[in-house]
Amino acid sequence: MQGKTYDVIVIGAGPAGLAAAIGAKENGAGSVLILERDATLGGILEQCIHPGFGLKYFGEELTGPEYAGRFISLVKEKGVEYKTGTMVLEVSANSVCAVNPEDGLVTFSAKSIVLAMGCRERTRGAIAVPGTRPAGIYTAGSAQRLINRQHIMVGRRVVILGSGDIGMIMARRLTLEGAKVLAVAEIMDYTAGLTRNRVQCLEDFDIPLLLSHTVVEIKGNRRVEGVVIATVDPETRKPIEGTEKLYECDTLLLSCGLIPENELSKKSGIVLDRTTGGPVVNQFMQTNLRSVFACGNVVHVNDLADNVTEESLRAGKAAAAFANGTLPQDEKQIPTVPGNNVRYICPQKLCRGADATLFFRAASPARNVTLSVVINGGQVIKKNLLRVNPGEMEHVDLTADQLATADSVTIDII
Amino acid sequence: MKKTDVVIIGAGAVGSALARELSKYRLDVTVIDKNEDVGGDISKSNSAIIHTGYDASPGTLESQLVVAANPMYDRITKDLDVPFARIGAILPAFNDEQFEKLPVLKHKAMMNRVYDVEYKTGEELLKMEPELNPCVKGGLYIPRESIIDPFLLVIGMAENAADNGVHFMLSTKVTDITVENGSVRSVKTDKGDEIRAGFVINAAGLYCDEVASYVGKGDYYVTPRKGQFYILDKNTSCRVSTIVLPIPTKITKGKLMCPTIHGNMLVGPTAEDLLDKTDKRTTADGLASIAADVSKMVPGVMIRDTITQYCGLRAQRNPEGLNIDMYDDLAGYVNISGVRSTGLTGSVAIAKYVVDLMLQNGLKAEFRTDFNPIRRGTPRFDELTDEERRELIRKDPRYGNIVCRCETVTEGQICDAIHRTLGARTVDAVKRRVRAGMGRCQGGFCGPKVIEILSRELGIPVEEIRKNEPGSEMTVGNIR
Repeated sequence: MQGKTYDVIVIGAGPAGLAAAIGAKENGAGSVLILERDATLGGILEQCIHPGFGLKYFGEELTGPEYAGRFISLVKEKGVEYKTGTMVLEVSANSVCAVNPEDGLVTFSAKSIVLAMGCRERTRGAIAVPGTRPAGIYTAGSAQRLINRQHIMVGRRVVILGSGDIGMIMARRLTLEGAKVLAVAEIMDYTAGLTRNRVQCLEDFDIPLLLSHTVVEIKGNRRVEGVVIATVDPETRKPIEGTEKLYECDTLLLSCGLIPENELSKKSGIVLDRTTGGPVVNQFMQTNLRSVFACGNVVHVNDLADNVTEESLRAGKAAAAFANGTLPQDEKQIPTVPGNNVRYICPQKLCRGADATLFFRAASPARNVTLSVVINGGQVIKKNLLRVNPGEMEHVDLTADQLATADSVTIDII
Repeated sequence: MKKTDVVIIGAGAVGSALARELSKYRLDVTVIDKNEDVGGDISKSNSAIIHTGYDASPGTLESQLVVAANPMYDRITKDLDVPFARIGAILPAFNDEQFEKLPVLKHKAMMNRVYDVEYKTGEELLKMEPELNPCVKGGLYIPRESIIDPFLLVIGMAENAADNGVHFMLSTKVTDITVENGSVRSVKTDKGDEIRAGFVINAAGLYCDEVASYVGKGDYYVTPRKGQFYILDKNTSCRVSTIVLPIPTKITKGKLMCPTIHGNMLVGPTAEDLLDKTDKRTTADGLASIAADVSKMVPGVMIRDTITQYCGLRAQRNPEGLNIDMYDDLAGYVNISGVRSTGLTGSVAIAKYVVDLMLQNGLKAEFRTDFNPIRRGTPRFDELTDEERRELIRKDPRYGNIVCRCETVTEGQICDAIHRTLGARTVDAVKRRVRAGMGRCQGGFCGPKVIEILSRELGIPVEEIRKNEPGSEMTVGNIR
């Protein structure tokens, strides 16, 4: 079936997709369509029933569903069209092929497209935890969905591997539901998630955090019967023999990182960044396919939904401008270069004629450091930071003037 | 007491092939298996290769049956709708020592009547497999080595047998076989059943020695040999298009790399002798050895693209070798033992051999004219054309609801897997039939939905939905 033609089609209705659609609609896009694979709008926010959302964007503390609700209302108010239960199978520069039970297989056309598919969780298989393959091994997000949306408890005695934000939040959630969380084991010597989650979810509930530890074996043939945790060498991150300890549990949750979900992007020929796993974009969140934009966790994994919202409003605005032929185009985009102790910078490219906010993460934690931004060999920003942490994203703002004659922008943390 | 003509103990590859073969005759056949699903133990964990038998020990029963089985797969996979491809294997030599072994291996192939094995130069092999270690000196090409969906092969044979009238008693363990006047009389189960049977076939695989001991024929024992594997993401950049086999050493056949029929890369296996038949653990050392060995042949192999690891057990026996026996002092009893890594391939020929053996030894059976060899498969949405997809959704809108996003599996497929003959009752059974949860997120997204669908379709509470066997419940019930 040939579907309608839209100015902007947004793929995904999580925080990124909702904001992108609103950003597009508020900035001159006549018709906007959101395609969402789940049965409802809101994405992962719908299962994030804990507070902590909106502090930055709304200046008040909301739960995930409340935060999503505000944008869902806006989407409906502004006349953005949406289809839920709809899976996108293919994206090209100006068309989207999707499937759902009502319409069957449909191809929609669009002047511009915004990718907002979010991310998925790293699994037990991806990190190759040895041992048996029993029931009771869940990624933290799957367990979160089961508990918060399906009201199904995953287990009673739980070990969590990895200290990502969802893992720490689930440690608290499971404790509140009466489960015993025996430990959170983290292979690194620092937590992967936000400090506030470490304090509020682990320390406040006396849940042991084992830094420089990992699970070396899963036991149990049918249901998990225990996991063996060992200390790792902080340098090599290899388990140290003789430090193994058995934790008898019926459940292992994994919170070992998130991976931008870019199967559609890859198929459509969009260039991905090896470090972030997401599309290479400029400050308009525009990919190498000029009519295709991307925002939120599909580009790089954010720690705050509020940041996703801001980035996605910009992406939506730019997508609308592209649809209307008013987006500035710079044929020679310049690169941003991660320097000392910087893992990545997003955007990876910049158009010189416009202001830009550069988001970046430290490669490893450090205290009392200097942040330095260098353009063409000259330092344009120098700032002292009390501490940097890979789990917490930093940003700097650059003006169009500063970028006017730039050939590259380098960020160092020294 | 129930009565049946033939009891098959075990619904793995061999048991299922036998069930289908026997369903071609006017016979009452009952298959008993301790597992929840057919192919529920060692038949589900293997290299998914249909061998030619080029490297078997010439003159053995194993060689005879594997070589005979290979050509049967074109037909059987078509009849049963099982994904299968004749992609061929290569055996590259990277040093002089390996190169000198090629004529010996080629001669062995000839002895096994696998005449289509060819020499290839290093250049030719690199052209076939650009990811090979460029120091390759030459090697062998075995064109009929093939890959298959091993789950659907076993499920397909069992389903087709059931559709042709064979009874399956799953989740039922045989606890004894009774003998009367030198003939088998009955089979007893842990459910308290006693089933009278004229013939009893021991196709219990890993546990065939225990079953044999019920009738005093346990003059051998099974010595499981573990094989660990990596499955790599379909998107992994370093790929091979054939089965890349190492030159075997005296100790081991070695570790291979090949595509799976669904487009992943498979890397492994190890070969570790065990005493414990339930030891299905992957180990850090075992997995590390796979990476080390395979990267010698394919230096670019991206182990970090792994989506899962598994291990299977080969039901090796001591004394060694595939044995199919009937006994003068025990009429009606057939013992199949030593079905090891070639067992999946061999199953279809083993079944024919066994049925012939039984016909020669007292089995009275009339050939059926109404046997239906065709199994209607579950539609594979990801392989359909757009037109076929539209048609399917028009007929049943549930085929428009994608549940497993990694493998593009629809609700329609999952429901079909649940409601068809010998339908899925567990998360793993769904996964083996339609691949929901087989992809890169390993059920992270679809797992909770599959649990819900199983609960809804089977009308059982969510907390009773299991991964596989009893005791593997996925969840513990509703929150407070």
